[in-house]
Amino acid sequence: MLGALTILVPALAGAAAFMLREHRARRALLVGAAVAHLLLTLAAFAAPARPMFDGALLLDEPGRLFLLITSVLFLAAAFYSAGYLEREMRGSRPDMIEGRLFSNSPEARFTGCLLLFLAAMSFVCMARNLGLLWVGVEATTLASAPLIYFHRHHRSLEATWKYLLLCSVGIALALFGTYMLALAGGGEISLNLNALMAAGPTLDPVLLKAAFVFLLVGYGTKMGLAPMHTWLPDVYSESPSVMALMSTCLLNVSFLAILRVRQVLAAAGQAQFGNDLLVFLGLTSMAWAAVFLLRQTDYKRLLAYSSVEHMGILAFGAGIGGAGMHGSLMHVLAHGAAKGAMFLLAGNVLAAYMTKNVSEVRGAVRALPFSGPLWVAGVLALTGMPPFGLFVSELAILRAALAGDRPFLAVIFLVLLAMAFIGITTAALRMAQGENTIPARPEPMSATWPPLALLLAALLLGLYQPAPLAAVLAASARLTGGF
Amino acid sequence: MLSLVEFILVGLVLTNLVLLGTSRIGLCIRMVAFQGVGLAFLPLLGHGDLTWSSLAISAATALLKGWAFPTLLFRSLESAHVRAEVEPYVSYSGSLLFGVAALAVSVWLGGRMPLPGPGVPQLLIPVAFFTILVGLFGIVTRRKAVSQVVAYLVLENGIFAFGAVALRKAQLLVEMGILLDVFVAVFVMGIAIFRINREFDHIDSGRLASLKE
Repeated sequence: MLGALTILVPALAGAAAFMLREHRARRALLVGAAVAHLLLTLAAFAAPARPMFDGALLLDEPGRLFLLITSVLFLAAAFYSAGYLEREMRGSRPDMIEGRLFSNSPEARFTGCLLLFLAAMSFVCMARNLGLLWVGVEATTLASAPLIYFHRHHRSLEATWKYLLLCSVGIALALFGTYMLALAGGGEISLNLNALMAAGPTLDPVLLKAAFVFLLVGYGTKMGLAPMHTWLPDVYSESPSVMALMSTCLLNVSFLAILRVRQVLAAAGQAQFGNDLLVFLGLTSMAWAAVFLLRQTDYKRLLAYSSVEHMGILAFGAGIGGAGMHGSLMHVLAHGAAKGAMFLLAGNVLAAYMTKNVSEVRGAVRALPFSGPLWVAGVLALTGMPPFGLFVSELAILRAALAGDRPFLAVIFLVLLAMAFIGITTAALRMAQGENTIPARPEPMSATWPPLALLLAALLLGLYQPAPLAAVLAASARLTGGF
Repeated sequence: MLSLVEFILVGLVLTNLVLLGTSRIGLCIRMVAFQGVGLAFLPLLGHGDLTWSSLAISAATALLKGWAFPTLLFRSLESAHVRAEVEPYVSYSGSLLFGVAALAVSVWLGGRMPLPGPGVPQLLIPVAFFTILVGLFGIVTRRKAVSQVVAYLVLENGIFAFGAVALRKAQLLVEMGILLDVFVAVFVMGIAIFRINREFDHIDSGRLASLKE
């Protein structure tokens, strides 16, 4: 039942946040709920997995893994937003790009939606029924849309509309795929993952493949796989950093949804078909992102395209299977931590320099005594430098690809990684170096500790994995089609 | 009983064609509401015996698709003070031509799909495909935010019809969850339309084009 509490606690806290009028109390509630969620998640790690609500919910190993990274990132986001919301209370002010006046949407709505968003993501981690899984993923879209429109100007509104429409249509296609999966079972079996996997070999192969294509396109839209990723750079560049951080969790749980469907495919003996599609989409995303990373002038969009690249790596690793799946799941953790830190740091840079343009930010290391050096460390972590966790996971995927029957895929993978590395480092390191264009300024604690903690987590993952975590990683890889 | 299902399905095809050919947004909203009410009967007629869960799903569908969505959409249309015309990128006759082609493709595709069992009308899968295609076409070719939401609802109706065939055992929890999500989606989109109108003095989503590389 501990698992169910990770849905219930943020949901109730979210509802309460809408009602609370006192700003301080609401911020305390946000942090309190985040701490409680992490504690519940850790407690659920220790307890054996028990089906809840007639088998509709079950916190199995992959679910635990994704719940853990979601919870950790949310805690960082909660600590960061406590200070961020305090600094943001400035009423109507000119927009830094066009100079038009804009104001924030009510803080209660922001906090409430953030907590509901967490509840929806916990639900997705546990959903055992593919229909409920769909309900959860769509709920994450709806809870997060108001977060994008926190700064009420026309660009964020445009991003919100794009996000709502593209993701809703994508998700509608996933629902179509889910129904098709039911049809593949003759319409008589339920959408429960266990029932579908048990019926595996009797499922109609043609319908099953068609269902997987629809589900991959649908959840792939939410995951940000190219060419369905077009909403992602706009949303990341126009929403507050906290939302950008949380959407990293969003991409992750969409990946989990795809892995769940892949389990059914594997049970029906059609794993190869799914793997080929995942490898293809993964490499497409990496290539697409690499091209846009090389000529990017906006650092928030730079991070967004880096997310597209990393989602490509996840799909590629999952498609390679075996040790690649293990690497992919580890990459979920390492990338989540590193990217989360980078989004918060990008928020700090934006607050100091008041521009999103790469060429207008110089000497961040000197101007921002904490965020500047952390930004450099974050770039190294994100581009897979040793000894960060991303290096280990990318190496695992690369080795699995080399050992597989199509080693040329590993070569393509490596070339695309190199292109992305060049794109990110040229832009991001240039921002850190040089004479500072703004005077050095002190930084608030709440803005520097969360990214530092996340980067340390990314570093730790590369050096040492605690035994329970390693066990869950191995079990998840086994369940989702590794070995 | 079968003839009533077929009657609803033919109604779905006809309303789709009206949706493609009409210029008034108000009529489009009413057509989608008609579709919704018709679809609400499918859970009752699809598979023999009446159960409480299929009754509940049917009632909720009728209430949401027939009443709540049109009310929300009409309200956001009024708040936007815009000319109630669809203003598509593709002409009405072009849209109708697309409709005919989409119908042909759907019938061909539907013929190749296995039916889950006896008692399911042959028409259901082609009609569901056709409705989904019309919805997707509408989202791409309609300029106004309200008409895009209408098209999204058409798409959803098509998927709902398909689900009525695919899921022969009514699953209350799942169906209710899906309905709730679609309701919140339309609600949030309605608020977004209101905001777009306040910010831009129009709801022409084609002019939401400042974010690009």
